[in-house]
Amino acid sequence: MSNDSCGAPAGGVTITKDKAGKEAIIEGQVLRGGAPVASGYARLLGSGDEFVAEVPLGDDGGFRFFAAPGEWVLRVLAPGNVRLEQEVTADIGQVTKVEFLV
Amino acid sequence: MSRSDVLVDAEWVEARIGAPGTVIVEVDEDTSAYDKGHIPSAIKIDWKQDLQDPVRRDFVDKVGFETLLSERGISNDDTVVLYGGNNNWFAAYAYWYFKLYGHQDVLLLDGGRKKWELDSRELSTDVPARAKTSYTASEQDAALRAKRDEVVDAIGKQNLVDVRSPDEFSGRLLAPAHLPQEQAQRGGHIPTAKNVPWSKAANEDGTFKSDEELSALYKEQAGVDFGKDTIAYCRIGERSAHTWFALHELLGLPNVKNYDGSWTEYGSLVGVPIELGEGK
Repeated sequence: MSNDSCGAPAGGVTITKDKAGKEAIIEGQVLRGGAPVASGYARLLGSGDEFVAEVPLGDDGGFRFFAAPGEWVLRVLAPGNVRLEQEVTADIGQVTKVEFLV
Repeated sequence: MSRSDVLVDAEWVEARIGAPGTVIVEVDEDTSAYDKGHIPSAIKIDWKQDLQDPVRRDFVDKVGFETLLSERGISNDDTVVLYGGNNNWFAAYAYWYFKLYGHQDVLLLDGGRKKWELDSRELSTDVPARAKTSYTASEQDAALRAKRDEVVDAIGKQNLVDVRSPDEFSGRLLAPAHLPQEQAQRGGHIPTAKNVPWSKAANEDGTFKSDEELSALYKEQAGVDFGKDTIAYCRIGERSAHTWFALHELLGLPNVKNYDGSWTEYGSLVGVPIELGEGK
């Protein structure tokens, strides 16, 4: 994945395991009955439901964002009118992990 | 021009799968999504491999575009229906690109790949074989594409619409939040630009908002002067192609250009003015 585009790869950009460096990373997985939900989207929202970013879920149901530090809302959309959300806090140098169960 | 002349829904596309004279094209940067499943009969165009010059930063030239469309089996008189991921960013970019090279009959699938998937519509892994054509492109339409000197000259004169997220606009982030942030260029925005994130033009399922909502968004909420010429930009020009589509194709504003150099070019220029923080 090159940074000369703004495209969102399925699952989010890969990082070295748990290494946030100077980034504030939010990542997670969407599961249904223990199995990954590979068809769907994760959205990162700011205050007042302000859209910030979106990635399609990866084959493992995963997603990843590189946010500014602060409070965020994660929303998951999937076929079958699935719409789930959780609040999350991002910090520089931290990988914040979130799990959604459909 | 009305909305139905440029934007079609899934039912319209489903009824024309495999129809002669209609070519459905999925456009993405990451074409692995196409490979895993696409709208039946759709071919693919890779935003980077097919539409960008492999050496210098620019589009493929007229001959290159003619070669691409000829090889993909697209004729000058075909109806081309574009869709893609990322809320149709790359499909909107391709739409703008097709218009730039003079293709007349081009449409965008409202909601793109996302809505198609969320609606659980059929996806296929069959790759259609299309006979080669002999496509003839026009010279690029300069009325649709803004270059850097024109953008600098437009400060304080034309509408500049920055469609990135508020954190990118203010300089807090250098890229969308799904990408790493370490970039070479400076943060901020072009002075006098209004920040109207592309996402405000779209519903959660990726479809465009209504004409009334779009008009209120740009004119009343953001203060874009519909009587002036407009240049839209983002980071590399694909999100702003989405906004160009909303302003030029849906709302019918006559003089709207997409600045595809966008922030990766402007934010790296020596000596140009940059504004930080919230919009003024």
